[in-house]
Amino acid sequence: MGENTKIVADATCTFCGCVCDDMVLTVDLEHHRIIKSENACVLGKAWFKEHGIEERPYALIDGREATTEEAVEEAAQILAEARFPIIYGLSDTTCEAQRVAVAIADMVGGNLDTTTSVCHGPSGIAFQGVGESTASLGEIKNRADMVVFWGGNPAEAHPRLFTRYAVTPKGMYVPNGKKDRTIVLVDVRRTLSTPVADIFVQVKPRSDFEVLWALRALVKGRKVDPSVEERTGVSLAVLEDLVTRMKSCNFGALLFGMGLTMNRGRHFNSGALLALATDLNEFTHWVAKPVRGHGNVTGADNVVSWQTGFPFGVNFARGYPRFNPGEFTTVDVLARGDADAALIIASDPASNFPKAAIEHLKRIPVITLDPKATHTSQLARVAFTTATYGISVAGTVYRMDDVPITLRPAFESPYPSDEQILTAIRERVRDLLGGNRLPAGTPLAATVS
Amino acid sequence: MISPLRIVNGRIYDPANGIDGVVRDLCLQDGKVVDEVPPDAKRIDARGMVVMPGGVDIHCHIAGPKVNLARKVQPEDHRQDVHLRTRVTRSGTGGTVPSTFTTGYRYAALGYTAAMEAAVTPLGARHTLEELHDTPVIDKGFFVLVGNNVLLYRLLQEGRREEFRHALAWWLSTTKAYAPKLVNPGADELWKGERNANITSLDQKIGPFDLTPRGVIAAFIETANELGLPHPVHIHCNNLGHTGNYETTLETMRIAEGQRAHITHIQFHSYGSVAGKSGDNPTSQARVIGDFVNSHPNISADVGAVMFGRSTSMTADAPLAYMLRRFGGGKWINADTENESGCGIVPFTYQDRVYTNALQWAIGLELFLLSEDPWRMVFSTDHPNGGSFMSYPRLIRLLMDAEYRKAEMAKVNQQALEHSGLRDCQSREYSLYEIAIITRAGPARLLGLTQKGHLGAGADADVTIYDEDPDKEKMFSTPRYVIKDGELVIEDHEFRADHSGRLFHVAPDYDSGIEKVIQPFFEDYYTIEFRNYPVADRYLHAHQTIPTAPQAAAATHP
Repeated sequence: MGENTKIVADATCTFCGCVCDDMVLTVDLEHHRIIKSENACVLGKAWFKEHGIEERPYALIDGREATTEEAVEEAAQILAEARFPIIYGLSDTTCEAQRVAVAIADMVGGNLDTTTSVCHGPSGIAFQGVGESTASLGEIKNRADMVVFWGGNPAEAHPRLFTRYAVTPKGMYVPNGKKDRTIVLVDVRRTLSTPVADIFVQVKPRSDFEVLWALRALVKGRKVDPSVEERTGVSLAVLEDLVTRMKSCNFGALLFGMGLTMNRGRHFNSGALLALATDLNEFTHWVAKPVRGHGNVTGADNVVSWQTGFPFGVNFARGYPRFNPGEFTTVDVLARGDADAALIIASDPASNFPKAAIEHLKRIPVITLDPKATHTSQLARVAFTTATYGISVAGTVYRMDDVPITLRPAFESPYPSDEQILTAIRERVRDLLGGNRLPAGTPLAATVS
Repeated sequence: MISPLRIVNGRIYDPANGIDGVVRDLCLQDGKVVDEVPPDAKRIDARGMVVMPGGVDIHCHIAGPKVNLARKVQPEDHRQDVHLRTRVTRSGTGGTVPSTFTTGYRYAALGYTAAMEAAVTPLGARHTLEELHDTPVIDKGFFVLVGNNVLLYRLLQEGRREEFRHALAWWLSTTKAYAPKLVNPGADELWKGERNANITSLDQKIGPFDLTPRGVIAAFIETANELGLPHPVHIHCNNLGHTGNYETTLETMRIAEGQRAHITHIQFHSYGSVAGKSGDNPTSQARVIGDFVNSHPNISADVGAVMFGRSTSMTADAPLAYMLRRFGGGKWINADTENESGCGIVPFTYQDRVYTNALQWAIGLELFLLSEDPWRMVFSTDHPNGGSFMSYPRLIRLLMDAEYRKAEMAKVNQQALEHSGLRDCQSREYSLYEIAIITRAGPARLLGLTQKGHLGAGADADVTIYDEDPDKEKMFSTPRYVIKDGELVIEDHEFRADHSGRLFHVAPDYDSGIEKVIQPFFEDYYTIEFRNYPVADRYLHAHQTIPTAPQAAAATHP
């Protein structure tokens, strides 16, 4: 190891919702880059490799280079003048930055939403209807002797879900790891994950709900007609065998992906799966868990929930938080053409939103915070370059099982953090508005400062 | 800089200093109660008003992983009870599980200036501290769940008591907790490992461990006393909610054998059974439990009163929540935390016409009315389990106003009243002095917070001023002034300023060699790295370490 390298042990990878905190990073301090990331999966290795320091302007205003201060002033003016500003993204930044973002939304009476609304949002809605029996990942590692993966491909999307948490690791009551567990994979097609499974159940596309509902019926001892196979592609015998195994294991876990939530049925699918886990608790211990994507999307759900009472899709225009997915979710707000300014943090909606939503983003002043140039930053009025969380920014990230982890950054960045930029914007907006903006019709007493 | 304040003409209730409704001036400066302030200090004329220290809630559920799950799962709880932002304060939502900002403001608006979150997993400590940071005005702290901790069980089982003590101190210190909390000791192993089973007896074997709840409870009580913690072990007994559980509660209190122990929400643990029947409707055993507490000065309790209406049952007692689900019939949350705890959440409504609910309501009142030492039987609804903290003013009225209580008793299930002793203690009315004890001076003393719950020189300048009113519910719902750390936060019922309170925690000493015992366990059975587990100081915002008895002694006699 040279003079200009250092080792950062127990660092955290923020690429996906696994948020593995056992990284050993070798850092080239001279060139501000990570040259080795021990324990990282293939996705993590790419994440660490690609997030060095690039020579980029601190900020751009209308495509022209600007100082951070100038850009903060411009952003604050936009937000203070807007009548329907939206704040969106937040799943790839720290909880500390997320907290400030919600504060800005509250102050200006804006609309606040996170990328949850385009991934496991339906699971959040199902959760509100059904509840959830769940567990931290360590409980699955220590106890689960049956694990069912549904509508996901962890081998490619969350590789260490298999190797660190839910399949191969040896646990307290499953000392032989995979040998002590029954692994089931339910999906519409074979993937790289399939070979891990002891039992692979291939369902016809768009029939997850029917399979889940048939399983619930069988768990409750109801009769299911053999014609279920025609509809779902899964025979009654396979379903009965599954149910027998599910009822007789000691500790079961259902881990489900976006194959379930972004499919026909959406929150009905998630709800059916959560209800199946609940039903099974009449017989033995079962938990369920959505497998979350972005590194800190779970933190965003938590922060928005504790500050507003609702997990995403929140609007502050009336002076208090209102929740209505379909109305206050960002795709819908933009597609309707409601928003007149947008603050996008650590997300690139212009690359993946529906056309109507992107068209509206092009019509309004957009502010972006991102370490990289993105489709959205290229159409932005104000684009900040910020440091990457976990690599150059300290703070807190929530794993997909709600376990908070403190980041250990590898090297300093010349760029500010999202939290720093957002705090500066908040302070300037506060000056411009003279405190929190009050909606029209607020009783006089509440306006006294 | 906050300007000094002189409160004049108010009637002061300060039980810790023996002051019972005396009209005198109260001076505040630099966040503390002082003897004098400069003559040009701002004055508050409190003529016709009652002045008390800020309220202290010894046991509530307001922040952390389980609270946030309970918030997330109930949009219907928030929609109809919104909390508007003002120029200076944040917006939020209410219901039985309010958002963090709303929690802080609403506590303050009731005259409370401190509250203790009562059940946090060690792994959830960081989350809890982030939420408490976003809970404005009030001071706060949390109790950490240690009563089902697998590693602590292993040390106990192997008779390694000294290492057990060091490990407990390590857990309290590294999570920045205020006190150790036991919840249904032994049950988690049965719940997670034996198909959702539960502990039913103090002498039952705990799953694979060569331990019993009795042995676990004894070890924690003894060890917490050895450590000299400001608040002793905070115990949620086994068998909560079950008919006939009062015997378990009595047995648990006897385990203490003269050492300090706090029994929480004791109302839920005071149920008898009809002679000769088991598994039927419960009856009240409040008198037996109350007598035991009255005659054992080492024991303290908070009541955990039940108030009719919406509540949210949220508890580390997972089997209990599963049982409640049968009655609620709606959504249910279970959340297991590796090696540390279980958790269950069920939205729940207490109804006055339902036998069991009416009995629970009556038992809560009975326990208050039978108490001979208000310093040791203090106020709580186990918010939001027995009812929201927003129902505190009504509960105060039920205690202070026998006529009102009688009228309310007429509305509830009469069969339940017959199986309680509430009618026998009907004449007692709490005085303002006693209310000041059970809602501030008593909890502060039990918590070992010497600068809280009183108005002597040097106390924190946390003061609540109420307009006197014969309707005690109205009086305690709407203090005219609330002062926090000397700052006039509420004036004429309106927020004038935002304020951030402090975090209280303990840091008992331990032999750092204990980490060599803990680390290998982490590497085998946790999914977070050992070095990433302790909570860094930066999660504390403004904070204060409350010394243990040995630390305080060392500080005064260096």
